[in-house]
Amino acid sequence: MTETTPSGNSRRRFLNWFLGTAAGALTVAVLYPVLRFVSPPEVPEASTNQVEAGPTNDAELLEKGFKIVRFGADPVILVRLSETEYRAFAGTCTHLDCIVEFQKDKQRIWCNCHNGEYNLHGQVVAGPPPKPLEPFKVDLVFKGSGQPQTIVVSRA
Amino acid sequence: MKNLARNVRAWFDDRLPVAEAQEFAAHKTVPAHRLSVFYYLGGMTMFFFVIQVVTGIMLMLYYRPSAEEAFESVEFIMTVVPFGWLIRSLHSWSANLMVFFAFVHLATVYFTKSYRKPREMTWVTGCLLLFLAMAFGFSGYLLPWNQLAFFATKVGTDIAGAVPIVGEWALRFLRGGDRVTGGTLSRFYGWHVAILPAITTVLLGIHLMLVQIQGMSVPPKQQEEADGKRPMKFFPDFAMRDLWGWILALGVLAAIAALLPWELGEKADPFAPAFKDIRPEWYFMFMFETLKLVPGGEIAGIEYEAIPILLFSLGGLLMMLVPFLDGKVNRTGRSPAFTFIGILALVYIVGMTAWGYRSLTPLFIVVGTGALMLLLGLATRHDAGPVEGQIEGRKS
Repeated sequence: MTETTPSGNSRRRFLNWFLGTAAGALTVAVLYPVLRFVSPPEVPEASTNQVEAGPTNDAELLEKGFKIVRFGADPVILVRLSETEYRAFAGTCTHLDCIVEFQKDKQRIWCNCHNGEYNLHGQVVAGPPPKPLEPFKVDLVFKGSGQPQTIVVSRA
Repeated sequence: MKNLARNVRAWFDDRLPVAEAQEFAAHKTVPAHRLSVFYYLGGMTMFFFVIQVVTGIMLMLYYRPSAEEAFESVEFIMTVVPFGWLIRSLHSWSANLMVFFAFVHLATVYFTKSYRKPREMTWVTGCLLLFLAMAFGFSGYLLPWNQLAFFATKVGTDIAGAVPIVGEWALRFLRGGDRVTGGTLSRFYGWHVAILPAITTVLLGIHLMLVQIQGMSVPPKQQEEADGKRPMKFFPDFAMRDLWGWILALGVLAAIAALLPWELGEKADPFAPAFKDIRPEWYFMFMFETLKLVPGGEIAGIEYEAIPILLFSLGGLLMMLVPFLDGKVNRTGRSPAFTFIGILALVYIVGMTAWGYRSLTPLFIVVGTGALMLLLGLATRHDAGPVEGQIEGRKS
């Protein structure tokens, strides 16, 4: 059974090489589409540069001092400091992606997941967040006399 | 009737080695010593796994895996479907008890050094099964699509994203995109009901087969005691005790599920702040608490938060490789260094978990199962010695 002739040996080697290569190619041909399939495709999103965040007399905003605004697919936190002063930051904690809140009594931005604390400039004061919150620009737009102004949040 | 039974038996006898299997079962024994009670822990874990399979399949009949319908369908199960509240509560509680018993099983196997030669593969498959149980827990947690689940999943997947090099791909792979959305839910559902069960079935099969082939390990310190006692016959003595434990466990489980029905909470809202008490399942608590302690910053391009994650992963890997690292136990039957490391890990995990729950009380689980173990322990202790009238020859 054993192949002793030189030609037989090289034939065996060739067949082994051929079989191995074919098996390898088959594996790659099967695995590649599978891997590509399970990696989610990049879906293009309309880029958002500006959103309207409602009137200045928004009940939620007046009561809690903040609200989460939909900025495209991302949350932005809008904080009301006074009648005329508003600030907005990316609403996602830089630590592990939770959504932050504004605590009126303590005058701070706070993440409940891992006790991350930011000041009213979005800078990290305490806790695990590695980076400050990205700031957004807030403008008040006059909508006619007697009407409350509209808050507009845009990329800084 | 008797004839029919005999004919059926004969039919199978002609085709399968039924007699051999019967012979094997009749001679199967379990070593008797004062730690024999540990031998029930694996079976107990498996019992809860079976409950999971049964209740899980039942829940699948009504559950709908989409962001628009998931929460509502669970609500429907809990409020409209007859006994729906009970089935879902059983599924959630049994999941927790299963993981709890898997942990206890692992701890007892570890500290009695049962991973030593020739049972390395049993240990490795057991570790993999524990990781699978945790993956089941993590993926199942999201399915009701409530606030708690939504944020726990955001955090959990973001943690994967912090791992250097492969992190970004892993995060998108887990989430099915950049964010936690309905796409994530579909994916987690697929893992939870198809991929993980398939892998688990194969691994559990290997794990059980190894236990059957190699039998129970006697801890080195109990070897002398076990040598001096007649081993317990598996059928019917051990099996009946197993069964008794399972019936008791079913009773405890049903009582907890009925008296403390699992909450549903509020529907997930991707535009609401995370509320207080955002927490993962209790068995992830020690890692969660650790992450709270790590300050922000980065070193050599690696964020600090990635460091504990890498260390935990390394810890898991080392745990799996323990039989290959602990060479001493095979030579001398002792390895105090590994016992010491095990105690340190246990103290850390239990300590951090307790710290995470300083305000809550999952003590029900601990106390309840502790009582259960005690009862099982008493049962075994009583009958472990030689029993009159058993024909099994004494081995010395």
